[in-house]
This record gives sequence, C-alpha cells and structure tokens, in this order.
Amino acid sequence: MSGTDHHDRPALLEAQALAFARNDEPIFGPLDFALHAGEVVLIEGDNGAGKSTLLRVLSGLLAPSSGEIRLHGEPLTLARLSPQVALLSHQGGLKPELTALENLRFAAGLHGQRAGMSAGTALAGVGLEGYADVPTRQLSAGQKKRVVLARVLLAPVGLWLLDEPYANLDLDGIKLVNRLLERHANGGGAALITSHGAYAYTSGTPRRIPLQAHSASRTADTGAIDGAAAR
Amino acid sequence: MKPGSLPAACAALMRRDLTLVWRRRGDALNPILFALIVVALFPLGVGPEPEQLRRMSAGVIFVAILLAGLLALDTLFRSDYEDGSLEQLVLSRHPLSLLLGCRIAVHWLTTALPLIIVAPLLGELLHLADAVRWVMVCALLLSTPLLSLLGAVCVALTVGMHRSGMLLALLVLPLYVPVLIFGAGACNAAQMGLPYAAPLLWLGAALVMALVVAPLACAAALRISLS
Repeated sequence: MSGTDHHDRPALLEAQALAFARNDEPIFGPLDFALHAGEVVLIEGDNGAGKSTLLRVLSGLLAPSSGEIRLHGEPLTLARLSPQVALLSHQGGLKPELTALENLRFAAGLHGQRAGMSAGTALAGVGLEGYADVPTRQLSAGQKKRVVLARVLLAPVGLWLLDEPYANLDLDGIKLVNRLLERHANGGGAALITSHGAYAYTSGTPRRIPLQAHSASRTADTGAIDGAAAR
Repeated sequence: MKPGSLPAACAALMRRDLTLVWRRRGDALNPILFALIVVALFPLGVGPEPEQLRRMSAGVIFVAILLAGLLALDTLFRSDYEDGSLEQLVLSRHPLSLLLGCRIAVHWLTTALPLIIVAPLLGELLHLADAVRWVMVCALLLSTPLLSLLGAVCVALTVGMHRSGMLLALLVLPLYVPVLIFGAGACNAAQMGLPYAAPLLWLGAALVMALVVAPLACAAALRISLS
C-alpha cells in the first residue's frame, strides 16, 4: 500500500470533536484527527492529560461524552471495531500463573492469529525465544511488556492502540517497538501510541497529537508555578 | 477449530481457566474444607442428639454450601479485572455474555461440583436420612448453578470497587434466599415423606431462566464496571 493515496479514501480511524468527561469534569477534547493506513501517530501529553482515556475511548471500552468516531468512514460500533483493533493497556492482561506461551495461545484462541504467525514465532519476534515456558510472574516488567507486544503482534488486526509501549523497556526494547511499528505501518497497518515525551518514535517524523491537561484549576496552578519560576 | 472462531475462543477460555485452577489447586480445596468445618460446628453448638441433627441436617448443609460458594465468588472476575484480561475479553469479537457463560461454567465445575460430591459425606456427619440423601444431591445439582449465576451478576456489579467483599455478601445473600427455601424445602419434604417434586421443578425453571438472562446481565454489568 503506497503512502500517496491516503486522502482518496476514508481514513481508517477518524475523530470529530471527540471529548470525554468523567462526572462532568472534562478529561480531554474536543479533539479532531484522522488516522490513515500506513501511519503511526504519537499522542503526546503530560501525566493526567487523558492519553490512556483517549485510547480506551477509541478502543470502545469507554463511550465518548460527545463527538464522533468513524471507522473507515462509518460510525463506530464495538462489533465492527473489535475484529480490527488491538489494545495494549497499562495492566497488560497477562495471567501471572501462565507461561508466556500459554498466555499467547489463549490470546490467539480468543482473537485469532495473523496468517503465517504462531504464538511461538510471535515470542521470537519480540526477542523472548528462551522464555516460552517461564511463568509470566517470574518475568521482569520489561519482559512482560514484550509478551504483551507479542500478543499485539499476533492479533490479526490493522489498528494498534498502544498505551506507553516504551515504558519499562531497555534500549533494545525501544528499538524493537520502533521496528515493529515500522513494519506494521509498511504492511498497511496503523498505530496510535501514547508517550509522555520521555521516549519518542524515532523512525521518520510521525504526526503528533498534543493533549493538554484539561482541568482549569490545574492549568492555573502550573501557570502560577511558571510565573514564580520566571520571576 | 480455526483460531479466533467462537468455539475456539470458548475452548481457549475454558482451557485457560482450568489450567489456572490446576496451578492454584491448593486453593481449590478451601471451599470444601470451609463447608466441612461449618457443618462440624453444628453438633458442637446444638448438641449431638441424632434426632435433632437429622431434622436440621439438610438445611445446615445447604447453608454451609451456599456460604462456601459465596466465599469462592470473589475469585470469579476479581483477578481478571485487576490484571486487565477482562479488557481483552470485552475487546474480543465474540459475544461477551457467551464468554462469561463459559467462565461461570468452569467456576461452577471447579468450586460447586466438588462440594456436591462431598455433600453426602456432610450428610453422614449430621445423621441425614438415607432417603433424603439423593434428593439433596439433586437439589444441589439444580441450585448451585443458580447460585453461581446469580452471584456472578453481583460480582460483575461490584468488581470495580475496592474491598467489596461485605457489599457483595449483602447483595448476594437476599438473592440466595428463594434458592435456599426451595432447595432445603425439597429435602425437608422428602424427610417427612411428602412429595418433593414441586420445589425441584421450581429450581429447574429458575435455573433455565438464569442460564439465559444472567450471562447477559453479567456482560452489561462488567461493561459498566470497566468504564
């Protein structure tokens, strides 16, 4: 899929005036953006800016307070969305008592698996060849993250929603994530990733969506501190 | 089975849950030990006269099994909620209610069925009449799945809260009352030589209804808990 025909077709994922509020307190938005096939877009924002919430809204776990999400140009429903999206969230969704391979086999049974890939090859793809039979409880935080990445890699979907994919990873791991993202985008997939700015997507210059902390009181506070620092 | 198809997803979920129970098989004995201890407390509390124990035996065993089931309920969705695998279930392309139905079925198989198997032994401890033993097992076979299904809906509603154990008990126990009345009622009728088919049929009817409605209610409640 070439990168030039983006705008002839409806975007893979499109948000229009998307906003989410919890108990009438706005968390993010209103937000407009479009994500096309072959694109990796970075959502940037400070802690508490609503990055994770945005991904949960886009994955269909939370309903937006206002605005619209379109998938291939049509309004989003969970039934249409779930076969096309893989979510990497903070908790990961791994069972600590099960081995890495058992966790991935369960995911493959539940979500299906990419053609030509198996739980074993997905594990090898994230550099965990020797760890197939180790209970995930005994893996380090970075290794757990790699297992979760293997699950995302294994899922037969076009859209990746990755919440802090770089967290807990060593330099090799960060390179691995970038490599996986690049390959996914070149294969016609798309990804939305969040980052609080400490690490960045390094291949090319991805489009960035800035998110700002929304609460008026919080903005006033930081303003006061900035003002104090300036004086 | 093609990976990702509905039968494959259900099979994968049930295999995962059975593996998890096997890995924690020490915990699986706890409900049985709990019911055994509760039943053993009664002769100590009310005295060892066989006639008196026989009169109350079916009711005591029902309450003990019901409480053991209540304690085991919390494990149903709690760990799935905390480690994020519930999100993955919700995000799967398959009907959440069916997946939860599988989950509840495995939970019943691994927590309630062992209790039913030891129930005749508990009956011996309380001098349960031989004629009542099999009526009790039938009543338990019909009422424990009903308890699991009703309990699962309440667990799904409270899983998002911290330390919801007591709240869960307060929600669940009133719902368990009719099940207890019909289940123990069938045993008491059998003990007195009266016909006991009617309460068993009521339990069966309620079970069929719960089988249809409870997984749907569970799915809706979990979606609310996750948001």
